Amino acid sequence: MNNLTNDLQAQILAAYKNKTHCRIEGGNSKAFIGNAPPDSQASINISTAEHTGIISYDASELVITARSGTTLHEIKQALAENNQSLPFEPPSFADSATIGGTIACNLSGPARAYSGAARDFVLGSRIINGKGDDMQFGGQVMKNVAGYDASRLMAGAYGTLGLILEVSLKVLPLAQTEITIKSQQHINSAIKNINALSAQNWPISASVYLDGHLYIRLNSSEMNCLSASQAISQKINATEIADSKAFWTSITEQQHAFFDTSQSIARLSLPATAEDIEPGGEQLIEWGGALRWLKTDLPIQQLRDTARTLGGHVTAYKNYPQATEYFQPLAPGMHSLHQRLNKAFDPAGILNPGRLYKEL
Amino acid sequence: MQIDTIKQTILPALMQILPADAILSEQEDLHPYECDGLSAYRQTPLLVVLPSSIEQIQQIMKLCHQHQVAVIARGAGTGLSGGALPMADSVLLSLAKFKQILDIDPLARTANVQPGVRNLAISEAAKPHGLYYAPDPSSQIACTIGGNVAENSGGVHCLKYGLTVHNILKLDIVTVEGERLTIGSEALDSPGYDLLALMTGSEGMLGIIVDITVKLLPMPEQAKVIMASFDDIYKAGNAVANIISAGIIPAGLEMMDKLAIKAAEDFIHADYPLDAEAILLCELDGNTIEVDELIPLAEKVLLESGASETRLAKDDTERAKFWQGRKSAFPAVGRMAPDYYCMDGTIPRRELANILKRIADLSKEYELPVANVFHAGDGNMHPLILYDANIEGELERTEEFGAKILEACVAAGGTITGEHGVGIEKIDQMCVQFKTAELSQFHAIKAAFDPAGLLNPGKAVPTLHRCAELGAMHVHEGKLPHPELPRF
Ligand SMILES: Cc1cc2nc3c(=O)[nH]c(=O)nc-3n(C[C@H](O)[C@H](O)[C@H](O)COP(=O)(O)OP(=O)(O)OC[C@H]3O[C@@H](n4cnc5c(N)ncnc54)[C@H](O)[C@@H]3O)c2cc1C
Repeated sequence: MNNLTNDLQAQILAAYKNKTHCRIEGGNSKAFIGNAPPDSQASINISTAEHTGIISYDASELVITARSGTTLHEIKQALAENNQSLPFEPPSFADSATIGGTIACNLSGPARAYSGAARDFVLGSRIINGKGDDMQFGGQVMKNVAGYDASRLMAGAYGTLGLILEVSLKVLPLAQTEITIKSQQHINSAIKNINALSAQNWPISASVYLDGHLYIRLNSSEMNCLSASQAISQKINATEIADSKAFWTSITEQQHAFFDTSQSIARLSLPATAEDIEPGGEQLIEWGGALRWLKTDLPIQQLRDTARTLGGHVTAYKNYPQATEYFQPLAPGMHSLHQRLNKAFDPAGILNPGRLYKEL
Repeated sequence: MQIDTIKQTILPALMQILPADAILSEQEDLHPYECDGLSAYRQTPLLVVLPSSIEQIQQIMKLCHQHQVAVIARGAGTGLSGGALPMADSVLLSLAKFKQILDIDPLARTANVQPGVRNLAISEAAKPHGLYYAPDPSSQIACTIGGNVAENSGGVHCLKYGLTVHNILKLDIVTVEGERLTIGSEALDSPGYDLLALMTGSEGMLGIIVDITVKLLPMPEQAKVIMASFDDIYKAGNAVANIISAGIIPAGLEMMDKLAIKAAEDFIHADYPLDAEAILLCELDGNTIEVDELIPLAEKVLLESGASETRLAKDDTERAKFWQGRKSAFPAVGRMAPDYYCMDGTIPRRELANILKRIADLSKEYELPVANVFHAGDGNMHPLILYDANIEGELERTEEFGAKILEACVAAGGTITGEHGVGIEKIDQMCVQFKTAELSQFHAIKAAFDPAGLLNPGKAVPTLHRCAELGAMHVHEGKLPHPELPRF
């Protein structure tokens, strides 16, 4: 427990006065996400890592409020003691991962397609904007429409709209049982099958397509999981895998051999039912088809054009030195709206400039 | 500019854009647009336009922008906070002609619809595919999906399935300058800021929503509802927390107090227990196995929490009857007095009993009866204050009473509005909930979309001056709110 609010605010106020660029960091476990900071610009690091502690957690309220530097590990543990969890299953990537960084990157794991994304569970946030104002948006209640939803807006803003001081998240009870089944499938039939199954009342909580196999995770009561596992296995000729937990951890944390590569990895976010784009490289497909990791030598621009026509976008996730923008560039009207919105929070342009887009 | 001058300049130009029957300018035609669901506030708009294509909306926006005329969007006008209240010198833009369901994709479980489509119409169209749209405001037979997005509407089933913001994927908006932008996508995320979240609940202040893609869910294989009666409303409040603590997330968990029970019973004959101080309706849904497992568990928790009786609806007909009483509670209460005023504060669940007590005390103090019927599982209160607008001063007393309830909700760690929006109604309570920096931030967000303030001006976010003036009147615990602002 350590409250650095005043200190963090003083740092940003000073930076605002001097127009100093700030690099906000938590546990530094997601430093690889986003554009690399320009070498030329002098900047200071502002760390939330020591701004820690669970401020309130009442299991019957389904809400946890924590300072941004609290580690994901600590939060997950506190929740687990009460048989609850963060339903969006955020990856850590390192033990140092903080809740602030997780929300700033809007990172969600395998459960995303079935339970929702990090942003879906944000109830409130306390932030310092680029002028040094300490502000509270949203709250600790389930429903809140007073004012614009500036708290959810922090999710996925990569610290460019404000430094997150505290965040309140909705949590949910853990399911009793978990079973994962696996079935050999052609890629397009796997995509079709998982979507057709998701349109029924099965307790599906995650899916992955990898090495010609569709993996489906079931989470519910024991009886419900067993019955679903039996019925689905019959339908698509699947068998149960031995160590479900370890398998999904390897996917969530990207420790699976697939990710162990020096090749470029593109992150394709597509409408779930889009057919295989046949990129020629190895793919790992999550979220019922909506998230596709691709090992490829194809130019990022070509992938982005393809994704755009399908209604999606591509992130130059790893090993893409040649990509000029890490995230897919926005349409012109959206880009200028982003610039204006960014100015509304950070008029001097000092908070993580360039990390989301070069001109933001 | 004088109202007549504005009319004379833009009416001929509008006639170039729209067919004659899509423009209303005569007093008698404007009359129905004077108010929304908050009928205590009324104002005739300058003009009403009823475009039927997105291009027309773009042209209207360009025109109004050029002449600096304000535009107020209107869906079905069921809003309860005066969000669609016109202004004398503004154009009211009705989305009533945008009624088409453009596409339903059963495999992707999405529906692409126009903004004027009624909430319930989406679920009806999805039904043949075994799918439905989850957020279900009680006004769902009438309210539009565009209005739902603009208010981030909730409903009885939001405890388990989320609010509008959790159930939409993509929006097309027309900006104040007439530009069409796409926000979100059919994928599960989009690059850049979460403008989908920002637009949801923005009360028509940031853009006109002209196209919406929503998520559809599989219809539950089974749904069962338990009605639990309590001889003490506080026991009912605690039962809510106990259900959640037991790891059960009901599809809906709704409470009604004695007055609401009586009103609903007289109106619908839902077979509610008239001697109970409160009832809880606890619905569990999903596949047959999980529902069958959870029902006995929920019944046990309710009884252990002090329920005097629990009744499981024996079939879908009885279940529908239990819900009909709840869903018609507003009109039912409306029969008990000439007028009623619906509040929307939301609190942490653990504060339910305290707030209910506070409301009961205030009801005595103001000598105005209150019926409570609300989304207990979400802590979203809907006290309905009964009054008679024809009695001099009673509306003012009612509003003051309502304001006190909202302030109590904020003090309990909650918010002044869970799902009905701020509109014109709760604009003063915004000064209680937010500090100057936060309100300034809201204004800056607004300016990023609408620098001249032409979209639904004067709603949702109070000016700092307004708060300062108000603060001069409401000194709380000797502390002046917004002390940094000049007083006048
Ligand atoms: C009996 C009754 C029961 C209700 N129950 C519930 C409930 O359970 N849950 C709940 O959340 N609400 C409830 N409401 C409130 C209301 O129905 C909702 O707020 C609804 O979403 C409003 O939809 P509408 O189409 O009527 O919008 P309107 O009232 O026409 O407009 C509401 C606001 O949205 C803006 N707007 C409308 N359309 C657009 C658009 N296309 N683009 C941009 N802005 C737009 C308007 O400017 C206005 O600010 C209830 C109302 C009544 C009368």
